[in-house]
Amino acid sequence: MRHDLVVLTVAFGYLALLFVIAAWGDRRAEQGRSLIGSPTVYALSIAVYCTAWTFYGSVGRAAQHGPSFLLIYLGPTLAMLLSPFVVRKMVRIAGAQRITSIADFISARYGKSAGLGALVALIALVGITPYIALQLKAITLSHAVLVDYPAPPALRLAAAPFWADKSFWVALVLAAFIILFGTRHLDASERHEGMVAAIAFESLVKLAAFLSVGVFTVFVLFNGPGDLLARVAATPELAGAMSLETVPGGALGWVGMLVLAFLAFLTLPRQFQVLVVENVDERHITRASWLFPLYLLAINLFVIPIALAGLLLGTGGDPDSVVLTLPLASGLDGLPLLVFIGGLSAATGMMIVETIALSTMVSNQLVMPLLLRFGRLPRATRRGLAGRLLAIRRVAIVLILLMGYLYHALVGDAYSLVTIGLVSFAAACQFAPAMLIGLYWRGANRLGAALGMTAGILLWAWTLLIPGFAQSGWLDAGFLADGPFGLDWLRPYALFGLEGWDIYTHSLLWSLTANMGLLVGVSLFTRQGPLEQTQAALFTEAMHPRLAQASLWQGQTSRGELRALLDRYLGAAATARVFADRTAEDDDQPAPAALIAHAEQALAGALGNASARVLIDSVVRGEALDLEAILGILDTTSETLEMNRRLEQKSRELAHTSEELRAANERLRELDRLKDEFVAMVSHELRTPLTSIRSFAEILRDSPDLPEDKRARFLDVVVRESQRLSRLIEEILDLARLESGRLALSPRRLDLVELARHSVEAVQRLQEERGIALDVAIEVDDAPVIGDPDRLEQVIINLLDNAGKFAADEAPRVKLCLVRHKAHYRLSVEDNGPGIAPEERERVFEKFHQIERSDDTPARGRPRGSGLGLPISRGIVAHLGGRLWVEDAPSLGGACLVMELPEAPADKETPAEPATS
Amino acid sequence: MAKVLVVDDEPNIVLSLEFLMQQAGFDVATAEDGEAALASVADDAPDLVLLDISLPGISGFDVLERLRADPAHARLPIIMLTAHGREVEREKGMALGADDYITKPFSTQALVDKVKSLLTEAP
Repeated sequence: MRHDLVVLTVAFGYLALLFVIAAWGDRRAEQGRSLIGSPTVYALSIAVYCTAWTFYGSVGRAAQHGPSFLLIYLGPTLAMLLSPFVVRKMVRIAGAQRITSIADFISARYGKSAGLGALVALIALVGITPYIALQLKAITLSHAVLVDYPAPPALRLAAAPFWADKSFWVALVLAAFIILFGTRHLDASERHEGMVAAIAFESLVKLAAFLSVGVFTVFVLFNGPGDLLARVAATPELAGAMSLETVPGGALGWVGMLVLAFLAFLTLPRQFQVLVVENVDERHITRASWLFPLYLLAINLFVIPIALAGLLLGTGGDPDSVVLTLPLASGLDGLPLLVFIGGLSAATGMMIVETIALSTMVSNQLVMPLLLRFGRLPRATRRGLAGRLLAIRRVAIVLILLMGYLYHALVGDAYSLVTIGLVSFAAACQFAPAMLIGLYWRGANRLGAALGMTAGILLWAWTLLIPGFAQSGWLDAGFLADGPFGLDWLRPYALFGLEGWDIYTHSLLWSLTANMGLLVGVSLFTRQGPLEQTQAALFTEAMHPRLAQASLWQGQTSRGELRALLDRYLGAAATARVFADRTAEDDDQPAPAALIAHAEQALAGALGNASARVLIDSVVRGEALDLEAILGILDTTSETLEMNRRLEQKSRELAHTSEELRAANERLRELDRLKDEFVAMVSHELRTPLTSIRSFAEILRDSPDLPEDKRARFLDVVVRESQRLSRLIEEILDLARLESGRLALSPRRLDLVELARHSVEAVQRLQEERGIALDVAIEVDDAPVIGDPDRLEQVIINLLDNAGKFAADEAPRVKLCLVRHKAHYRLSVEDNGPGIAPEERERVFEKFHQIERSDDTPARGRPRGSGLGLPISRGIVAHLGGRLWVEDAPSLGGACLVMELPEAPADKETPAEPATS
Repeated sequence: MAKVLVVDDEPNIVLSLEFLMQQAGFDVATAEDGEAALASVADDAPDLVLLDISLPGISGFDVLERLRADPAHARLPIIMLTAHGREVEREKGMALGADDYITKPFSTQALVDKVKSLLTEAP
């Protein structure tokens, strides 16, 4: 027997250490150097999931039911893997709505319903108190084992007066701790940093203690895992101990247990507290989503070896105590003490967080609404109510722990650790439909949630809680076997004839089916109020990036009234923060909607959403809710995605259209620029002959005594320039017709040979006058093509004219050739001039392009071209399906213009007839 | 006797201007492109230049710019003659230092008056 004094000193010393850590954490938080701003601390605080039940009970359950204990950890693992979606959304909402607990969360989701919040708080109280009792039981039991070993632990629960019961004192010390670190701030939505730091530390302690026992068992008691397994295999009665068949309820039991743990992990008040309320940074969720499952793996690593060792070595006593008795049996002193501290840390961690969560619910969801409703809060208290609120919460803490103690002292003996835990789990699961469905389905409404949850918790009570009481001898257990009043189908463990199921899966199936069925069914057939609709939209669309809490108040109140309200409930300091950036304004002024919303949020953080709404209602006159704003939110939420999608599509189409328009506009501007340029060119070309005509006309008019030779010469200039002007106008008109496609061509079958000869005749006389030698080389007998003879002749003459103009000054030569080339005829005109540089060869077809001859001297008596002949020629040829281009002159060395026209198809009716004669 | 340099690539316009200037009592030199104009200014030392803009090779604007860049010809009276009637071109010509800008076709009397007035202004 160990010295009780040593054990107690160590235990209370450990609790004192927690005080120090929590005080340090709070101090750091006040200095702005938070201890808990790390994803690792967040993950460790979530490990408050592993209570004394994990610490002692896992081994006990493994010893009795094989590996089924693992399901209790697979559920949370699954939940954490999904946490980047589910928990992140809950955290986002909790931040926006200043959520203080799961009761507040559900109340807020369903229109800030005070009734629903109270229901959740009541269920939590009833369902979770046994769980707190379980922790006390674990502490008491482990303490007794430690002190009394090897004698069986003497619990002396009911027999001894409570002051002799150490667990009573543990409860009181914890109450002091929680009051100190859990109720420092009135605003329950603010983080309890010191408390979280202490919880994270506790998670490390319990893990270290459990791993120590594991290592000791496997490597000290046995020679490693191989040895242990060999010894187990050699013991026939243990061979099947860890097979999967040992799970109660078989495969269904597996599923049931998994679902139970999955849901409870999200809905247990303490889990909600650490996962959501105490979360300091959404990004921590990502790290925790794998770090926390890793923690679960580590703490479960040695459960099976320890359980097997316990069975092998037969330490005797309660299987829940094997963790402790195994090292005790080996006669060690230090290790059992460490294990005891580990168990203590697991138990106290759970009790601390659970009690804070429950006390917040009690004060905000149960006491405050009642006080508000029955007017027990004097409206004109000078001192304000902030202190009173904290006092309510502190009293609640003490009462909750005492209730836990009472439950433990009166009922605790009858149940194993795991059993109590699972009953609580199943109770917490009743929050899951309202919370999770409400998170994703906007239609879920308050009536459905309330009815579903009520039905669920009643079925839970009937199928788990009451049978538990009966089994512990408080009730006549007869109804278990026969049903109440002999009604067979109401038997708690075989409701509606469903027999042979594991009791938890059985209870979960009925309670959750009724819960979800009513939630969904009632919601489908009843309507939501406006506030409900708003809150539903704010919750389901919480991840919407543009959704901020809108100011929905349109009622009127003065700043003074609002300030007085906050002063009473939050105290002067918090009120000053709300009004911080608005101090300049007058108290008689009406309060803006944003300020009312801000005030409500501040109240919600302290009192919960439902009470905050009631209080704001009490000072705001007129239609409080802005229905238009609500409708606006509803529109912008559900339809926003679809609308966005359509808008995006539309804007893509618009962008495309505007790109097309831009391009079209670009083309038009280019065309406009070309047109301007053309007009400028035309005007320039017209002005030149006009200038000569006018000048000489004026000279002839103003100089009556002009010598006759001069007069004749000047008149000749006037005549020639007039002809040039007419020609130019004709060309410009041709070009305009060509470009607009209105050039009247009358194509018919004709002989290009004939036409070429005709053209040569037309220019021959002029060329000879200028001393140009004109050769003709026609290599075909006839060349039938389709064309307009007048226009084609115009083209050929233009080519011959150009060639003459650009032929060499000395012995100018021009040569016309006509050859057949495949299914075409090619008529080429070359000269012996300087030729055209390759880069110039396309430009000569541009309008008004003047070919500059390097050796050109315009005064040589050759008329300047207008720069329109070649563009017009090319246009005509193209109209007739042919081509016109420039190449090197094959024989004369100058430029060569080639016209190519397709051969006309054989004419059936009339044999090739001369086009012109 | 004052000397006028006529620069244009249209032979008939040169012919008419030459006759007009001679009739008004001036000596006349002619050039058909920019290079010839610059050479003539250097060789013949004209007292006034009638300068077409659209010339083969370097344009009338270039000739004007080069003449104005040379201090010796900074104050040489220069009248631009052009078939480009656009205002921007007129402004460009004036900015480059032309003394006047006359659009073709022009009144022969007005041209002769302008030449005379510029020449009597000159010291």
